[in-house]
Amino acid sequence: MATWHEYLRSEGHPPAWPYPVRFEQEQVIDTDVLVIGGGIAGCWAAISAARLGVRVALVEKGDVVRSGSGGPGCDHWCNAPANPLSRVDPDEWAQHMADTPYTNGIGIQIQCREDYDTLLEMEQMGGKIRDTDDEYVGAEGRDDETKLMISPRYGTRHSYLPDPDMGKPGFNPPEKRNNVVIRVWGNTFKPILKDECKRLGVQVFDRIMGTSLLNEGGVQGARVVGATGLNSRTGEFMVFRSKAVIVSTSGGGSMWLMSMEHGGYSNMQSRANSGDGTAMAWKAGAALTMMERTGGISIATGLKHKWYTGAGDASYENVPIVDANGRRLPYPIQGWEDAGAMLAAPEVEQKIREGIMKGEYELPFYGDFPAMAEVERRATWDLMLAEESTTRVFVNTMKQGGFDINRDQLMAYKFIEGQSLPQWRDPGYGGGLVVDWNLRTTVEGLYAAGTTMFAPEDHSYAAATGRYAGRKAAVFVKEVGECQVNRDQIEVEKNRIFAPTKRDSGIEWKELHNGLARVMQYYVSEFKTERLLKMGLEELERLEAEAVPQLFAHDPHKLMRSIEDLSMIEYAKIIIHASLARKASSVPLGFNRIDYPEVDPADWNKFLTLKLENGRIQTGELPQGFWGDMKQQYEAHNKDYTGVYKPKN
Amino acid sequence: MSERSVFAIPNIQTPSSPVVFDSNVCTGCNNCVETCPIDVFIPNPQKGLPPIILHAEECWYCGCCVDDCPCPGAAKFNWALPMKPRWKNKESGELHQLK
Repeated sequence: MATWHEYLRSEGHPPAWPYPVRFEQEQVIDTDVLVIGGGIAGCWAAISAARLGVRVALVEKGDVVRSGSGGPGCDHWCNAPANPLSRVDPDEWAQHMADTPYTNGIGIQIQCREDYDTLLEMEQMGGKIRDTDDEYVGAEGRDDETKLMISPRYGTRHSYLPDPDMGKPGFNPPEKRNNVVIRVWGNTFKPILKDECKRLGVQVFDRIMGTSLLNEGGVQGARVVGATGLNSRTGEFMVFRSKAVIVSTSGGGSMWLMSMEHGGYSNMQSRANSGDGTAMAWKAGAALTMMERTGGISIATGLKHKWYTGAGDASYENVPIVDANGRRLPYPIQGWEDAGAMLAAPEVEQKIREGIMKGEYELPFYGDFPAMAEVERRATWDLMLAEESTTRVFVNTMKQGGFDINRDQLMAYKFIEGQSLPQWRDPGYGGGLVVDWNLRTTVEGLYAAGTTMFAPEDHSYAAATGRYAGRKAAVFVKEVGECQVNRDQIEVEKNRIFAPTKRDSGIEWKELHNGLARVMQYYVSEFKTERLLKMGLEELERLEAEAVPQLFAHDPHKLMRSIEDLSMIEYAKIIIHASLARKASSVPLGFNRIDYPEVDPADWNKFLTLKLENGRIQTGELPQGFWGDMKQQYEAHNKDYTGVYKPKN
Repeated sequence: MSERSVFAIPNIQTPSSPVVFDSNVCTGCNNCVETCPIDVFIPNPQKGLPPIILHAEECWYCGCCVDDCPCPGAAKFNWALPMKPRWKNKESGELHQLK
């Protein structure tokens, strides 16, 4: 007996709610630095602030031990040009990364300068970053002296696309590789980060959803002096008073997609990724940028596979793709032979499709593990896949189920499933908070790290920027005085949060999520026009006026999901406002304005910013590279930075 | 089973059971209840028994509940039918699908 319906059959009644229900009861917490979002960025922020001797509270919707996109693990420590095996200069690599339009030069510079230090601190805490057990001796990329293991990714250049020189004699020789990506045992990281938070005296609040930020005097855009939260198990209302807040939540999640059932199967990321931090910072008056950038969804739609399949995907390094007869496909394998290329050139995709039609390549296709060198096979399966996020359980369950990499080929669905459709979009493509060289947002007292910032990168970026934001926020709180939270602002928020608990029926959170998804599919698809976007905005406003007042939630968990819906609706509205503001199409922004078809015209090559001021949207702009000279600015803002943490003892 | 009450309840959500517990092995420690980032489980009212799967359809298949389970064999991951992976024995050509 392990499901609620079995329990009902066995006991004759459903299980009672297992936690005390305390809707609307308040708990007040005082701290110096409040971190909202206990994923990779949030944990690092809390740790680095606490190491500077200030009081820190960390608020997390799940449990810090495994929450967030990096909770289950991490296999690639990307863009670590300061590692001892790297052949590139960190500042030059950062500059090269930031040369791509619509990147975040501040975050990238921090990542390139500090993420290797961050990794060494991870090792200090007990995280495994080297092949200390000599399991992979002989694997390509393994350095026998440091026992660091370099990944083939970005071997010759910073791209998933094939290098045009691929296949030529002498391509990608070991002595010329960039060596900027390190294979790590990331499954060990998250529980260690939680332990370190506790060891340092960080107050960890698990199962608390941050719901709003509190401004000084309750005035939008004024200094942020705290936040409110909701306990998703008890319904208790939390008031945090703090001198600074770091927002390190996820970006928006499944705004275009929702399956009534298989909810977690039909989203690439956890349902918890609902853009709460972005929505609350927006309402507090912080400026956002790149919110018009969305992208197509390649997997995890409910109609397509969820995990990486067979070969040709991230983590399946070096696994050749073969057809049903064992014939090798010309698809790149993210390996040593193609310097880490993961995506095929369009002509190669076309060649494979035509080959399928002609019978030259027979479906189904497979990832051919047995064809690999033994040590490379193990490195891919037992290190890359088993240490990466949600694929660890895949590896373990497959092993238990009889799959053997030495003998078996894993079926790959890449060419069976269709391409992404125009109405399937994902917001996780770069929209986020504008930050300065202190990772402070445009509002005093409010900092950002990881995915909440505009144009974020990956796990090591989240770690390095979190660690940096914690340091900067700690310096700030040592310089400023106490602030008072505004009771009226708290009351307004409390009424908003608990309204669904006052109703017994109406509209449940899943239906509202679906209503939002449908609006986004019809009006904010790949095809954008002024008319469609305005119709979308009107429909979202109608959802707010007519559906939201019918939201009902019978327990604290469903109340949390309901409030997440409200975050997503807010986030969706910002996307539409940003899309209306950009009157040009753009390739790097994945932005197709049919009524403004000119692609990336020079006068639109800029960041558009949006913020709320007295409840009204103000648009602004920032030039590309608004962060200035990255090396100079970084050094000017980090004169005292000394690198790897040295504990006092 | 036939002697039990039949209740008028809505359809059971899918996946029916993203994790299968072996109640002979599971000690009811509730580590998975605390580890799950989205509260798929609640503790069983009866101490010592496996937790109750309450929000099965919210499971995003991160697998931390099973990966971090301190009792080997107590919890097994169970993908829904449309998610079960397939493979082939390279030599014999024999086809398999995860059970």
